Amino acid sequence: MIRRPMIEVRKLAKHFGRFPVLRSLDLTIRKGEFVALFGRNGAGKTTFLRILAGLSRASSGTMSIQLPDEKRFRFARGAIGYLSHNTSLYTDLTALENLGFYSRLMDAPSDEASLIRKIELVGLAGREREPVRNYSRGMQQRLAIARAFLHDPEILLLDEPFTGLDQGGSEFLKWFLAQAHSEGKTCIVAIHDASLGYEMADRLVVIERGVVALDVPKTSLTLKEFEERYLAVTQTRMRSSVGPNAGNLL
Amino acid sequence: MTHKYRSRLDTALEIILVPGMGLALYMAFIVAPREASMGDLQRIFYFHVAAAIAGMTAFAVNFAASLMYVIRKNRWWDHAALAAAEAGVVFMVMVLITGPIWAKPAWFIWWTWSPRLTSSLVLCLLYVAYLLIRNYIGDPDRKALVSAVFGIIAFVDAPLVWFSIRWWRDHHPGPMLETGGLDPSMRPALYICMAVFQVLMFYLLRRRFRLEGMRDQVESLYRQADLAS
Amino acid sequence: MKRIWAVFRKDLLVELRTKDTLNSMLFFGVVVLVVFNFAMESLRDSVRTAVPGVLWVAFAFSGTLGLNRMFASEKENGCLQGLLMIPVDRGIIYFGKMLAATVFMLIAEVIIFVCSLVFFNLTVWNEIPYLALVFLIGTLGFTAVGTLLSAIAVNTRLREVLLPLLLFPVILPVLVNAVEATGIILNGPDYGALRLPLTVMTVFTVVFGTVSYLLFEHVLED
Repeated sequence: MIRRPMIEVRKLAKHFGRFPVLRSLDLTIRKGEFVALFGRNGAGKTTFLRILAGLSRASSGTMSIQLPDEKRFRFARGAIGYLSHNTSLYTDLTALENLGFYSRLMDAPSDEASLIRKIELVGLAGREREPVRNYSRGMQQRLAIARAFLHDPEILLLDEPFTGLDQGGSEFLKWFLAQAHSEGKTCIVAIHDASLGYEMADRLVVIERGVVALDVPKTSLTLKEFEERYLAVTQTRMRSSVGPNAGNLL
Repeated sequence: MTHKYRSRLDTALEIILVPGMGLALYMAFIVAPREASMGDLQRIFYFHVAAAIAGMTAFAVNFAASLMYVIRKNRWWDHAALAAAEAGVVFMVMVLITGPIWAKPAWFIWWTWSPRLTSSLVLCLLYVAYLLIRNYIGDPDRKALVSAVFGIIAFVDAPLVWFSIRWWRDHHPGPMLETGGLDPSMRPALYICMAVFQVLMFYLLRRRFRLEGMRDQVESLYRQADLAS
Repeated sequence: MKRIWAVFRKDLLVELRTKDTLNSMLFFGVVVLVVFNFAMESLRDSVRTAVPGVLWVAFAFSGTLGLNRMFASEKENGCLQGLLMIPVDRGIIYFGKMLAATVFMLIAEVIIFVCSLVFFNLTVWNEIPYLALVFLIGTLGFTAVGTLLSAIAVNTRLREVLLPLLLFPVILPVLVNAVEATGIILNGPDYGALRLPLTVMTVFTVVFGTVSYLLFEHVLED
């Protein structure tokens, strides 16, 4: 099978006024790859994902997303599922109403049976008619997962998805992502936990101060080796940055 | 892209403006005849009308530049739009100040809610709002885009404002050029004032545009310095 | 179309649950009426001539409150982010929101109007269909541009405070014509004279509906 690049990013830069977040980011991701995106806080992971999702405009550089023909939308974002720090849920509505609303927007099946199935899948069976306001943080995150991917997207973007999830939730998310991966979906997960990312992904990318600092396939090194290199990349940068420009790290 | 602080065109404009302003004053106060009923008071009219037209021109420039920014997303257009909005507000304020100065002796009131006056005031408020938005958006790209959107809205709104308040009773002297009400002997003064004010507006717009370009350049220099570190 | 309806239905549903927006709109509208009643003590005999202005000021103020909530509520949990991922033109969010804002405003207007009938001792029966028409078109004009400006305001540092500053200068043509039209109806109906203000308001609505729809995508940000 020929794996053509699904996502191609060239010299991507984003700055908020004087502060550069992404400087010149190059990355090519092929269909079906599972990429774990590492980096310290403020390294530019979130900004990168937001630009990929089409929520934010790059200051310069190019980005192209190639979709398989049968999945082609007028806007590429129709084939992208993005789970951010926000749950994007209406707390006054029930789980069912939330998913129903988003399904109608995203052209996903919006009949009650399939919605309930999705809610059961994330482990919230029996609570689908309760307002989301009553849910705990972890339960909201579970529902947010169901919401973000209810249109069965080709590309899954997740920004620190394990935040707030309990053991069961984490297991579910890992299973869910493995499932998507095995179906040939492209996954990009921003994560700070090295071992968790290593466990799930087949490609490890470290973003540091707005550029790709490390990009290796998992098969090429063990977890221990990766952790060492991850640390090395971020620490040398850290030292050099504690100079007159340290303030820009913020 | 580097911005020179000033160019030859700026010098040329200054060379035109200095004697031009003198000429405008001379024409309005010495050459133009004394108006029969209002006397010397009428002479403010030359500046009032010239400023109004210069202001409108600036707002039209803002509209064009805003539209171009939305299409092209090139910062150049945003700088032009900002410069035009500021220049336009300056001239509109001039209109709103000279108006009452004239109205008090002529109509015995400072202000009347006539269509022309009200429209000028609303127009001025619209562009003050435009400048206000810019103050409260941090990201320069978004600032440029959102203010461009508002610039378009404001300019589309202007004719509607004008037509909506038109049927209110109007005290304001009608447009004398169209009706031929202005004595031919007064016309040279008006035309020269109008021309000089247009040049002045263009000059201010250019300077402001440059300033904004340089600010942008400073920002990108900071970025490069940061990138190199 | 389906998506416009979905956005509208969702806003209505949230409102039915919480009633936050409508309650504050209604309360504020009535407060404005009461305040004006005191401000116009001296006009008590010719109150009919002042009512249209008072009414539309109340509508506009309460409408501003409503418009502010339209996008502020979307930002609370990053819901706008979810909306922005729709696979079609984002302009449809504008229509859904505008529809919801219009319905909220109309509900508030009816109740504020009934209160004003009581407060100002007015009797209207035959005029109601005409008033309804004026309210509808005026409100559409108000929300046509108000929805866009609300999306702008909520993404600035001043947030909700900025909306009235942007909205009122732009909305002036609608207010002038709506007051004029309401005045014509309440003071010796000469329905032929309604045509002009109604036309101007319709033109305003169509022009700004189109412009806002085209520009809406640019002002959205989660």
